[in-house]
Amino acid sequence: MSTTLFRTFQPNQFSLLGTSLLRRRRSNNFSVRSCGSQTTTTHEAKQSSPTRVAPKNHKSNKLDEILRDYEAVIGIETHVQLSTLTKAFCSCSNNYGSYPNISICPVCMGLPGALPVLNSKVVEFGVRLGLALNCDLSLKSKFDRKQYFYPDLPKGYQISQFDIPIASGGYVDLDIPLEFGGGHRRFGITRVHMEEDAGKLLHSDTGDYSQVDLNRAGVPLLEIVSEPDMRSGIEAAEYACEMQRIARYLGVSNGNMQEGSLRCDVNISIRPIGQAEFGTKVEIKNLNAFSAISRAIDFEISRQALLYNQGKADEIVTETRLWEEGAQKTVTMRKKEGLADYRYFPEPDLPEVILTKEYVDSIRASLPELPEAKRRRYEAMGLGMQDVLFLANDVSVAEYFDAVIGKGAEVKLAANWIMSDIAAYLKNEKLSINDIKLTPHELAELIAAIKDGTISGKIGKEVSSLPFNNESSFVWINATFSIFADTV
Amino acid sequence: MLSTLQPPRSLSLLPLRRFQISKTIVSAASSKTIDTSVISPPQSQILTTRRSLLSGETTAVEIAKSYLSRIRLTEPQLKCFLHVSENVLKDAQEIDQRIAKGEELGPLAGVLIGVKDNICTQGMPSTAASRILEHYRPPFDATAVKKIKELGGIVVGKTNMDEFGMGSTTEASAFQVTANPWDLSRVPGGSSGGSAAAVAARQCMVSLGSDTGGSVRQPASFCGVVGLKPTYGRVSRFGLMAYASSLDVIGCFGSTVADAGMLLHAISGYDRFDSTSSKQDVPEFQSQFLSVDQFGSKPLNGVKVGIIRETLEDGVDSGVRSATQEAASHLEALGCVLTEVSLPSFSLGLPAYYVIASSESSSNLSRYDGVRYGNQVMAEELNKLYECSRGEGFGGEVKMRILMGTYALSAGYYDAYYKRAQQVRTLIRKDFKAALEQNDILISPAAPSAAYKIGEKKDDPLAMYAGDIMTVNVNLAGLPAMVLPCGLVEGGPSGLPVGLQMIGAAFDEEKLLKVGHIFEQTLKGSSFVPPLLANVA
Repeated sequence: MSTTLFRTFQPNQFSLLGTSLLRRRRSNNFSVRSCGSQTTTTHEAKQSSPTRVAPKNHKSNKLDEILRDYEAVIGIETHVQLSTLTKAFCSCSNNYGSYPNISICPVCMGLPGALPVLNSKVVEFGVRLGLALNCDLSLKSKFDRKQYFYPDLPKGYQISQFDIPIASGGYVDLDIPLEFGGGHRRFGITRVHMEEDAGKLLHSDTGDYSQVDLNRAGVPLLEIVSEPDMRSGIEAAEYACEMQRIARYLGVSNGNMQEGSLRCDVNISIRPIGQAEFGTKVEIKNLNAFSAISRAIDFEISRQALLYNQGKADEIVTETRLWEEGAQKTVTMRKKEGLADYRYFPEPDLPEVILTKEYVDSIRASLPELPEAKRRRYEAMGLGMQDVLFLANDVSVAEYFDAVIGKGAEVKLAANWIMSDIAAYLKNEKLSINDIKLTPHELAELIAAIKDGTISGKIGKEVSSLPFNNESSFVWINATFSIFADTV
Repeated sequence: MLSTLQPPRSLSLLPLRRFQISKTIVSAASSKTIDTSVISPPQSQILTTRRSLLSGETTAVEIAKSYLSRIRLTEPQLKCFLHVSENVLKDAQEIDQRIAKGEELGPLAGVLIGVKDNICTQGMPSTAASRILEHYRPPFDATAVKKIKELGGIVVGKTNMDEFGMGSTTEASAFQVTANPWDLSRVPGGSSGGSAAAVAARQCMVSLGSDTGGSVRQPASFCGVVGLKPTYGRVSRFGLMAYASSLDVIGCFGSTVADAGMLLHAISGYDRFDSTSSKQDVPEFQSQFLSVDQFGSKPLNGVKVGIIRETLEDGVDSGVRSATQEAASHLEALGCVLTEVSLPSFSLGLPAYYVIASSESSSNLSRYDGVRYGNQVMAEELNKLYECSRGEGFGGEVKMRILMGTYALSAGYYDAYYKRAQQVRTLIRKDFKAALEQNDILISPAAPSAAYKIGEKKDDPLAMYAGDIMTVNVNLAGLPAMVLPCGLVEGGPSGLPVGLQMIGAAFDEEKLLKVGHIFEQTLKGSSFVPPLLANVA
């Protein structure tokens, strides 16, 4: 959980122009900053001044010039695995361990005669996410069957939503961190629909055989399809980051990318600036971190721009490419021969999903304050964007901060305490903010005590380092004050 | 609950009187007056069993033994069963023990029930008569089977059928061809041919079938038994291997209307494992089964019956037509008000049905891929595994329908086929609704002809599909319908039975059972017992 405290996305700050990958291959003297670090705080980020311009040599200059003539068009399909107790269409536990095929039943195994029964939580989560993304909800939606053969797909079709998704036509607002240029963005959301996950194939080391693990089969997903509104790797990564944040704020998913609870497939094409038509679209899969999204897109932009520039635009084909983390490049996974025909048709085993206005209203009323609203509120309190983004990034941190200022602590001081001392402590101890014993009330008292001169800031910091990991209470911390006062 | 029934006239377990017919076309309802003196009406086997068990006249084991011995005698010729349970006597013993201890008996205690092979029975082979599921034993009971067992019913075995329910003759079984007990050279109908023939031959008392486009009603007509297709949603489909999910229903066979009705009552009701099952209340059908001497002179006075004009036009055998018309006369004699109704969309049903059923089946049968269960052919490569497992596992008819359905759902064809078929479906539903607002029930033949010869239509699928014309519309509309024997036509050693189809409004099985029961109990010479059985007896 320690990873959730801080902004989880810290891509290479020098790769804004999407050229670093190619450059890195060519020059030995260019070192890429650690990109995978998930615990880099904005505190640290502040110290290294945001740089928009990468160190240059002649080659990169040339590539940059090429890139300047093209615009990337990026859309993202995000699969959010829902943290329901049971699967989407059966009563199997959705919380399976590492052993294969322990959380399965006739329904999710696709045995003859078994029928799906919709888990109402999936609808609730769909509505929550749909509302959070400012979508129009379909009061009457339905499920469809998406048909294809694969050993991890027990029924030979995936229960999904085709022409009438539960939510559509929304948008998401986000702020680009200052170190990436800053600015506010609004990206369109085409649709949100409910579907089920497939199982997993386990391939033998020798490659002689594969085994099927159906624990994941039937786990509920929400697929979020964005409009092709993003123009850079940074924007795409920030969009994905915001999806994770919203899912966590809403409590619909743990949003963990490594575990596959949040999966992003990127569609990208480039076109000469000024051209209205889209270029040939390439899909990138296997993006297991936000930094991978950013870098894969930047790589892909460079690759496609170079092909355009060399007059080889016809070598850009509709295909699915895999991001190879080790090699830091995308490679062809499969070329699409025409459009895949999934032969969608309405799922006859499930009735239509009917939402009443009252139901939607009750869910709307129960929505928490969402990241965008929090950011705007923090901003209005006078906090700088760095602080705003830090505090609103993680819902637990935001709640902690809100609780501290709720107890009367001064906003700026509370923000500084959380972002510096507490953050550093949590990072060292690899804890999340939920693990610390210092209650918001105590922190508020501490801040007040320092402010009115009861104790000095220096002592305050010493004090605060004690109670984090001890059983503490307000009474106890007051006692500590007096002890410190005595000894000092 | 069962008290409304009079004690039977005869206590014999099996009404094995043979109905003598002349060589001319037999009119079963030639008399306008109700005359039941010639032959006593058929008795419910479920109630007879119950009474004889409760009175101590016989034991469940004795009854089971007599049925098992009849199976042994007739099965080599008929081939109704794909599997006969080894637990029948053990289950019967348990019933007897309950009786000995004075414990309460379920309404189906000791009742021997055949189950169509596409309905899952825990630990008992359930293959849908397909090679792809050969030796497959499900880990769970279908909800209908579970309910039957809870009420004391004994599953005798699994009955033969057309593979996955696709066919009208039971010839499309991967394992054996079932013969019609009325004439061994003829088909029993299908796809629930095994279930119908087993009841006709008294190999079991009642049986479960499934009806997607007439698969309960047409074999009931061919075998001279009662076949009841409930409203879509009345009976849980959980555990029924899907053919066409939006059309499939589990249905009941019995040698009397009362038996079919009581079996339906046992398996009906909402099931949380089937989202398409209905929460509609299940009435006590039994109260409809009055005994003959409780009937008034016009027991069906004022019941409005619509005879569907389009079902008596060209393409229907003259014998079937006259049997239907005489059945209608019989209903009139009972007090019904008969009118002719027209369903303008009637002829559109058959093509729409085949598009929808094939489309859904192409999807439903995708799970039989050889990966997790059933027939798996070892292959070097994934697509080969699918190809060979399915290629060898499925029979010709199934492959044809999968191909048709895949085609109909393909991009560019969806609107022309599947979508249009759904529009036709809406039209048919509307026409039925209008006709059933004017009438209590609608009647028609169950099939254009009586049972035909084995092999006669095997190589002519279109001719076979055309035979479903009377029944498919009812599935498209999701309505309940019952077929009951109404007469015999020439053919076979002692005539061939013809069934009358009664169609009711949604969830109004009660009315069908009421009308059907009175019709049956008052039909002159109404024991439809096949000759084979008379010989065995």
